[in-house]
This record gives sequence, structure tokens and C-alpha cells, in this order.
Amino acid sequence: MKHTITMTLNGARRSAEVEPRLSLVDFLRDRLGLTGTHVGCEHGVCGACSVLLDGEPIRACLMFAVQADGHSITTVEGLREDGGALGILQDSFWETHALQCGYCTPGMLIAGQALLSRNPDPSDEEIREAIAGNLCRCTGYVQIVDAIRLAGARMRQMPATPGPETGDD
Amino acid sequence: MTEHSTRRFVSAKRRPKEDGRFITGTGHFVADVTRPNMLHVALVTSPHAAAKIVSIDTRAALAAPGVAEVLTGNELAALANPLANAVDTPGVKCYPLAAGVARYAGEWVAAIVAESRAEAEDAAELVEVEYQPLPHVIDAEEALDPASPPVHGEHGSNVLYRRTFTWGPVAEDFAGQPHQLSFKLRWGRSAPVPVETFGVLAEWNAGTEILDVWASIQMPSYAEQIAAALRMPVNEVRAHYDVDVGGSYGVKRGIKHTVLAGFLARRLRRPVRLIEDRLENMVGGDMHGPDRHFNVAVAFDDDGLIKSMKLRVIEDVGGQTGRAAFQLGKPVSAIVGAYRINSVEYEAIAVSTNKTGQAAVRGFGMSPTNVAIETAVDKVARHRGLSRLEVRRRNFIRADQFPYLIPSGSEYDSGDYHTVLRKAVDLAGLDALLKRRDTARRDGKIAGIGIATCLEPGGGNSAFEPLLNPKNETTTWPESCVVKVDRSGGITATIATSTSGQGHETLAATIIGEELGIDPDTIRVVHSDTLSGLPGNTPVASRMAIMLGGAAAGAARKIRDQAILIGAHNLKRTPEQVRYADGAVTALDDQAQSISLARIALIAHREFHNMPPDLTEPGMQAVHVLQVPKGGALPTADGRVQMYPCYSFAAHIVYAEIDRLTGKVTLSEYSIAHDCGTVINPDIVRGMVIGGAAHGIGAALYEEFAYEPSGQLLSGTFVDYVMPSSHEVPDIKLAEHCTPSPLTSHGQKGVGEGGYLGAPAAVASAINDALSPFDIECLTLPMRASLLSDLLADRPAETES
Amino acid sequence: MKAAAFEYCRAESLRQVLEELSGAGGEARIIAGGQSLAAMMAMRLARPERLIDINHVDALAGIEAVDSGITIKACTRQAAALQSTLIAREVPLLAAALPHVGHIQTRNRGTIGGSIAHGDPTAEILLAATALGARVTLASTAETRVLAISAFSLGAMETAARENECLTEVTFPKLPQGLSIGAAVDEISPRAGDYALIAAAAEIGLDAEGVCRHARLASSGAAPVPVLAAPVAEVLVGSPLNDAEIDDAARLLDPLLDPENDVHASAAYRRRVAPGMLARVIKAARDQARSRMT
Repeated sequence: MKHTITMTLNGARRSAEVEPRLSLVDFLRDRLGLTGTHVGCEHGVCGACSVLLDGEPIRACLMFAVQADGHSITTVEGLREDGGALGILQDSFWETHALQCGYCTPGMLIAGQALLSRNPDPSDEEIREAIAGNLCRCTGYVQIVDAIRLAGARMRQMPATPGPETGDD
Repeated sequence: MTEHSTRRFVSAKRRPKEDGRFITGTGHFVADVTRPNMLHVALVTSPHAAAKIVSIDTRAALAAPGVAEVLTGNELAALANPLANAVDTPGVKCYPLAAGVARYAGEWVAAIVAESRAEAEDAAELVEVEYQPLPHVIDAEEALDPASPPVHGEHGSNVLYRRTFTWGPVAEDFAGQPHQLSFKLRWGRSAPVPVETFGVLAEWNAGTEILDVWASIQMPSYAEQIAAALRMPVNEVRAHYDVDVGGSYGVKRGIKHTVLAGFLARRLRRPVRLIEDRLENMVGGDMHGPDRHFNVAVAFDDDGLIKSMKLRVIEDVGGQTGRAAFQLGKPVSAIVGAYRINSVEYEAIAVSTNKTGQAAVRGFGMSPTNVAIETAVDKVARHRGLSRLEVRRRNFIRADQFPYLIPSGSEYDSGDYHTVLRKAVDLAGLDALLKRRDTARRDGKIAGIGIATCLEPGGGNSAFEPLLNPKNETTTWPESCVVKVDRSGGITATIATSTSGQGHETLAATIIGEELGIDPDTIRVVHSDTLSGLPGNTPVASRMAIMLGGAAAGAARKIRDQAILIGAHNLKRTPEQVRYADGAVTALDDQAQSISLARIALIAHREFHNMPPDLTEPGMQAVHVLQVPKGGALPTADGRVQMYPCYSFAAHIVYAEIDRLTGKVTLSEYSIAHDCGTVINPDIVRGMVIGGAAHGIGAALYEEFAYEPSGQLLSGTFVDYVMPSSHEVPDIKLAEHCTPSPLTSHGQKGVGEGGYLGAPAAVASAINDALSPFDIECLTLPMRASLLSDLLADRPAETES
Repeated sequence: MKAAAFEYCRAESLRQVLEELSGAGGEARIIAGGQSLAAMMAMRLARPERLIDINHVDALAGIEAVDSGITIKACTRQAAALQSTLIAREVPLLAAALPHVGHIQTRNRGTIGGSIAHGDPTAEILLAATALGARVTLASTAETRVLAISAFSLGAMETAARENECLTEVTFPKLPQGLSIGAAVDEISPRAGDYALIAAAAEIGLDAEGVCRHARLASSGAAPVPVLAAPVAEVLVGSPLNDAEIDDAARLLDPLLDPENDVHASAAYRRRVAPGMLARVIKAARDQARSRMT
């Protein structure tokens, strides 16, 4: 039996009918065409499918889409600033070249965004902890840590403005 | 070569062109490609290490909801040619699906095609396969025994390749030295395991009679191999290189996947997608990596000068052959490492076992061999009571000896190993690090410092192919670039490969921009497909800076020459009376007389009346297909050949502590000094080196595709196959040195592999330095915590010095 | 790796959960955070016909102080427990265990009750619950029963929960009064955040003289379920906990162990490391307790 679900996705209301076994990440990618969120392992280890659920990072392969009913989801497509400019963290990833193949990058951005929204001045150890659930085979993480550190510094220099949509809280 | 002082874009910080799409979630990966009416494949796999497939009952699966087709191995084998073998083994016939015999646990036996992936998986459970288990062999040394169960019966033996190369007077050199030592070393089976699995989407267009293929691919001769297996003309296969590859590091080969998907697409007349799930990828994707048993012997004098080396390698290629045996070939290109070793005996053996097949892995077999060489150097130092640094300095090829011919026939182009090592020592603060180690040891800790160097041969000419298979007379591996200037002056470059994180678009744009004096950010770089594009061999062998960079420079220089002719003509000068700079042609005698590239392009496209009379071809485009520098020759009868043109070099120093209780290793103070010639993009180079080192740390300490004696893979998930996270990879600091290659457009060399080539040796060196006070050593990679703890368990604390 | 088809029920009340379970004849599974179950379903190692989602049952979330200790409702997120000042103060051993549980993303969905109900023998929450002698409450339409964790946890992925029962809450006992308390959890895992090869938990209470008056100790990874290290605790209570005493006492763990080989470590390794890891956490807890003595 299919279920009708409604969620807030990157700030907009979306409704759909889903069969229960459809994972949240498959729903986002295959049903909504939001292919920025990636599938890496489908068993909850690699973090490539990370999205924000009500502002907190989760693994979208370990949640069924039907369970997201009533929740707010933010994907990498929702990380731009309101006017369409790159988010500070996105721009910092570019500045430090915190990626190579780009496959883990959306998940890394989600993990980094969640950290900085809670703690704009993280230590390197806190940054490493925040991305420890996201595997990257290309970079060795060093330039990712650089990017998140840089983004934090840039955010701290900004006048307080609302960041990207990260949920209800 | 452009003079360094005048460079505007090469070596300057520049945001990579590719990054913009990846940070916004707008990359174009294979799983993002969809076609109308697309079908999905799931696979039925063998549970046995070796088994005869007695029968396959597909009726229930065919009747399941959404199922379009169920294909068995025998059916496919009757209609397709076997997949290509690296070495000359006509009795070895591998197909995408096991035909008659399954040769490893997890091998694909049947393919289900359905309207959704979930339905395909549902139906896969309904396929009933009757197996008759056969004897199997998992241990490579056992597989050498002629009595071992043959993995490929028709071949008659599990030995796929065996040859002993002797380069120089090995027997005399061994006899003439006062000291010898020998040891065994084990490199456990690991692999890059990209976060994106392999995927392919194939669509047969009956109208155009073209098989379109979108794939997560990094494979030379990809379309040719697909066509050969599917018995099609090569020009009926169109592989699209505009697909972003989510990491490859060598392994994204996917021939069997593509043959299967292509076959199904043609049969069903619908697009067919095969995106491996993680289990299919790790168990049945045939993308494991080297799995080696080494025997190493060196002969040396009182001063620790190594005169000769004997290296015996058994490569356990598993149950599918592919290109795995070729990974015994690349080490020949730097068989003496950075050292003036006079002679080498190299026995290279490839055996089949009932394990998953291998694909090429970053460094193409060099990283394990480098551990063997560097471990030997450390042992010589220990034997002679010398420091590991000093032994390296004494044995290094000196800066004044380049170009330097090694015994196996390759000439190293340039280098300054002493200086790079000094830079590593300075960066690491080695004196302070030694004090820290000694203090830690006095405090009862198990601490060590790793020192290792590595050569990174780059620019591959595939000379390993004829070297290991004389029937394969390949002497070129070109790369190409097309540069065109449109009528508005806009520049577009076309490259003939996909990208998997190395920044080829940035590379091509930077070099073309440099040559034409145009801002690289305004240069568009697109990827061809295999029908529209020119020859290319994908980013294997640390080759793209050298080969694509060279092709891009060559094409841009042709554009520049053309601009000079048109510009001079319109300035009423001879070509010798003008110069090209900063996107314009200017008269040497009058700076005011200048004509922009945009204006020249308009003339070329639209104003034939303003063209010089000897330019009869309108438009503004240039093609450059680059032959590998110093390539072109077949190996000599004794197996000497110039394999790679350019030799990068790196020195790694790392500090390690081993927890006495658990054996857990903590790395810190990781320093790398490296020389990859001219750096094209500093951030990309930094990422390559650090990322490669992280990959090497995984191979050294954590990652292994381990097998039970029964032949079951024990680490087929991300839970059990342990890739390092941000907690396991320490901060890594870099220092650079530059000895430009005399063979390349801007002095650049390769850099994609060096981090991975150096790190396992450095980590192994650190672990063994830490263990040395206990008079024990670890010569098995990965050096898991449990293994180190088991080694230490027998040693009472008092033996610490 | 797509889950086999199933029916989905979003439960709104505990009664609904229990009625669903009661009518399912063992073919239903509860999903809380799903951080283990969803992965097992993707691999088709679990294939429930019906999934009962308890994430919207208000009565199953929350942390509260009760007479007997601290009760954590089953569907309380691990992240919420980690941020709870009540848990930090009253169940410090659980607070010490939680940072070792998975990663930020999995703790944001994973629940306290789900982890215990899953019965993974190396899960840190189960380890802490074992050390502390927590009690779990199991409800069905027929009855509600409370089991000691030792009676609940029967083997690897094996618990005393019946097919028709829902684990509704876990209660951790009160801390002893008048003692200086220290708590520590440590482990060796293949990679930070992974399941532990060997883990240990220790809660230590010292009296004003620094003598140990309270020791709750457990070890996991070297037996099918977490092992309550009662013989070790028995020896240590009454001692001033010097290092040698701790090392000697920790060896009493050995007879309780029954380790197995796997790809990550040998049985011999597990048997060797478990007592040492226990000693390590006892010392860490002792040091913390000492540092808190006035």
C-alpha cells in the first residue's frame, strides 16, 4: 500500500505517494530528481547520503521516505544563500579545494553545515568528529577540515544573518 | 618550455573549474543519468568459492512482477566473446556472468532485468541455481603447486604468468658483497573502493545503430573492449566521457558490467542500467587490488651501499584475470627505487585463486613493491648500525647523475633526491621528533618514526603490455586535445576522457590559458565521446599532467602559430616581425599595432579575404595528439624498456605510537616533501598528495579483503572493510621541490599516485621502528591493531631498551 | 540493496503499537531510529512483513527521574540523551558511553531503546546498562514486565523480548549517595565510531578516604553478551584502588570470557585485551572520582 507524505524540502512543501520500502535517499534522487544527495553504501557507514532532518544531519539511506512525513529536509541543493549565491561553506570548499571527485562532497557539506550552525568556532578536533561519519577516499580530509575552519572564520566575521534553511528548530 | 618567470597561470592558485558543480550538488554522475523506459539490473551470485553450475531455473523469477529478462552465464557466453586477458592465456575465458563454472564466492551467475531495482532484487531471490561445489584454492602459494585445484581448468595450471628477469650481473654482485639479507613480506588484498560504486547505463538506438554508454569509467580502450566482447564494430559503441566519475584511483574499469548491460540493452531494445550496490561492488565487482607475497634479498657492503637486489613476487589475481597481471609490470619502471642498485633479479608470478578479480589500483602495483624496497633499505640500515636517513643518502642517485638509466631499461628524467629528503627532514623537525620518540619510549610507550621515499613514474606508455605479453605489440598510448576558437574569440577545449577528481578541466584550461595568454576561467573544457573524440587513454599512470597537459599545450601552440600568421598578415608584417602575447598579436616595431585574438578569430571564421594566402583552411581549430615522450620502442629480449617518461619523487616522515594493550596505532606529525616537477595547480597537487597518503595509510593499517579458508569474503561491507575516516588520517604537511622534467610542456610530472606509493612504506617503517626495541618486526600489511598486539603479547615489557 | 516489500504502520500511541504487535503473529518489527534495522533490511538480512514506526508515540520519548533512578523512554534519541544534563549528572556512565555510539548522523536518529532491543553484543549502551544493572520494561497487550538487563540480554542479537512485546523504557538505578563518582568507557574499534572490538565500562565511587565503596564494571566484545565484571568489583570494593590492585583484579574477568575469532581480531586478542581494557577504564573512573573529591 502506498502512503501519501508531505514534507518541507529545501523550504518548499512537497507531497508524494510512496511505497514503504522506498528509502529517503532514493525518494529524493529518483522521485524528486534531487541528485545532489548521493548513494554510497546503503548500509549507513559512508555518509554520502547525509541530509538535514529538522536541521540535524542524518543518513538518508537508513530512513524510509514514508518516515519523513511531516518533517523538514534540507539537501545540498538547499545550501545556497537565498539569492542563489553560494553558501559560505560551499564557497569555502571551493576556496580550499576540499574535494576531488565530488562524490562525498554533498554529505560533507551537510555535516559541516550542521556543525557550524551549532558551533561557529569549532576546533580541528571538533571538525574531524563532525565529519567522522563521512568517508572520503580522495582528499585525506585535510582540505575539508581547512574548508570548515575557514567557513567558521568567515561566518564569525559576518553580521548575524539567517543561514540556509536548516529546518524547524 | 615556457620560462617560469613569465608564467601567469601555471603554478598560480586557481579555483578548480570542476569544483563549482560538485559543491552545489550539480555533478553529473552515472546514477544521475536517466533515460526513458530504463530497466534495472540486479545480480544472482554464487555462494561457493568454486562450483559447477548444474542448472539454473529462472521460471519463477521471470514470472515475478516487473521482470523483463533473466540472463544466465551460458546464454551470454554463447553470444559474446570472452573478456580480454592481460597476459597470453588463451585457455582462460572470463565472461560477465559465470558460464558453467563459478570461480569465487560472489561471482555473478545470472542477471535479472526489471522495471525497478527493487523488483530486480525481489526476482533475484527466486532464481534457483543448482551448484556442485568443486575444490578451491585461496592461498596464492598453494596455487603455485601444480596439484592445486585449477581455477581455470582449460588453462591447466593456476600460474598465469611467470618470468624471471635478470638485469645486470646479479650473481656476481651478490657474490661480491660482504653482506646479504633476505625477508618475506605480505601485502594484503585491498583496493581503492571509491565511495561511488561502478555504474553503467547502456542504450541501443536501432535507428542510428549506436550503443550509447554512460558509465563511471576510467578505462583505456573501453569502447574497443566492449565492442570486441559484443562482436560489434568499435564505431557502433559510443561511450560518453561527460560523466563525472565518483572516484576511481584505477579501479573503475567495468568491462564486464558494460558488456552485460550493453548486451541486455541490445536484446531488450530498452535502456538498461546496472548500478552496483555496495555488496555487488565489493564482492563481485572484480575491483580488488594487489594481493602479494614478496621474497626480497639484497647484497650490500660495509657502508650500507646496496649493490644488488632479488625480488620475487607472487600476485594473487583471483578468479577473473583482466589486467591484474600487468600490475607486475609497472614496478619494472622503477625497480631500484631511488637508489643506485647495480643489478636486479625480478621474478614475477601471477596466479589464479578462487577470490574476487582485481582491477588496476593507483600506482599499478608500485605501492606494494615500494614497501618491499624501502623495508630492505631500513633493514640494511639496521644491519649496519646506520641511520635510515644516512643509508638512503648514500644509496640515492645523485642530482648530477640525471638522466639516470636503471638496470631494467628506464631512464629517470630528473630529480634531486637528497634535497627533497632534506626538505622532509626539515619539515618534520626530525631531531625534535627523535627526542619525542625517545622520551615516549622512556615513558613506556611504543613509539617509532617512519621514513620512506618513493619514485612515481608518470605518463605511462603501456610498455608493460608487450613486456608481459609479447603478442601485445603496443608502443604508444597517446592523449589528445582539440582547441577551437569560436568567431567571438571564445576558447573551447575538448578532451578525450572522463574525470574522476584529478581536475583535468582545470589542467587543460590552465595550460591553454598560459600558452594563449587568456584567463583560464574563460576557457571552456568539454569531454568528448568515443565516436567524436580523438585518442585518449584515461587518467591512468599519473599521466594527465604530462599527457593531457602536453596535448593541450601542443594544440594551443598551434592556435598561437595560426594567430601569428593571420595577425602578421593583417598588420602588414611578416610573422617574424610580430609577437603573440596576452591574447593579441603585436608588431615588434610598434606596440600600437596590435590585433586581438578575438579579431583574428573573426577573420579566420568569416573574412577569408583577410586571411594570408597560404592559409587555405577557414576557422580556428587545432588538434594535438601527443605520443608519450620517450615511448615507441618494444622491450628488448631480456626485458629492458623505457616504461614511463617522467619520475616524480617524494619522501615521507611520520610518527607513530602503538598502544601496548590494544595494538592501536596513532599516527601524527606526518610530513611529505615531494617533487613533481612544475606544479600546474597547487591546491589540486596538495589534494592528490595528501589524499594518496591517506589511501596508503588505509592499506598499511586497516583495509583488507580477507578470506576464510572456505573461500568466503569476510570483509564485503563498509563495516568490515575499514577505510580510514577523519579520525584515522592525521594532519599532513607538505613541502615542495621542483626539478622540472625536460620532457614535458612546462616541466610537469605526475602526482596522482605518489602519496599512495610512499605512505604504506612510511607507516611500515614507523611501526617497525616502534617494534625494534622489542626485537620483533611486522612484515604483513595491513598491520592491524590485533596483529601488532599479538606480536607484542609475547614480549615482556622489560625487553624495551 | 533495496528492502523487501513491507507494510508500514505509523503508530500514534503505545496501545496501537501493542495491538499491532499482538495481531502480527511475529511478522512485524518495530522501527525506532532504524540505524541497524534499516541497514539489515537493505541487505535483506531482516525482512519484516510489517513495520511499526514508534517515532511518533509521545509516550515513548523522554528522560525522567523516578524513585528508583532515571528512566529513559525507548524512543529517546541517542543525541538527546547525550545532550541531557539529567543523564550527565545522574547516569554518568551512560553519558560516557554515548560519544562512542556511532556518529553524529546515526545518534540523531538512533534511540536508546532501539540499541538495547537490537542486542548487538558490542553496543556501548548495552554495555553501560549491563554495568549499572539497568532494568528494561517490556509491554504487550497482555502484560507489562520488567526485566533485569542480565535477564533481557541472552546472546548476540538475542533478547528475552517476545514477538508481541515492545521495549518501552529502560531505567538506570540511582547513583550511590555520599561518594565521589567517576565513570569511564573506553574501547578499541577498527575505526573511530565503529562497533567495538573490545569495550569496557566502569563506574567507581570513592569514600572520603579514597577507598572504593562502589564499583559497577562491565566488559564487551569477548563474550556473546556484555559481561558484568562482578568478581572484579567484589575484590575492588574496599580497596584504595592502586594500579596494581586494579590490574590484578581485572584478571578475574578472564573466566567469564568466551571470545570468538573474526576478521578484525583473534579470540586470543580479545581474551588478552578485555581485562586490560577493564583495568584502563577502572583507572580512568578512579582518577575522575579522585579529582572530584573535596
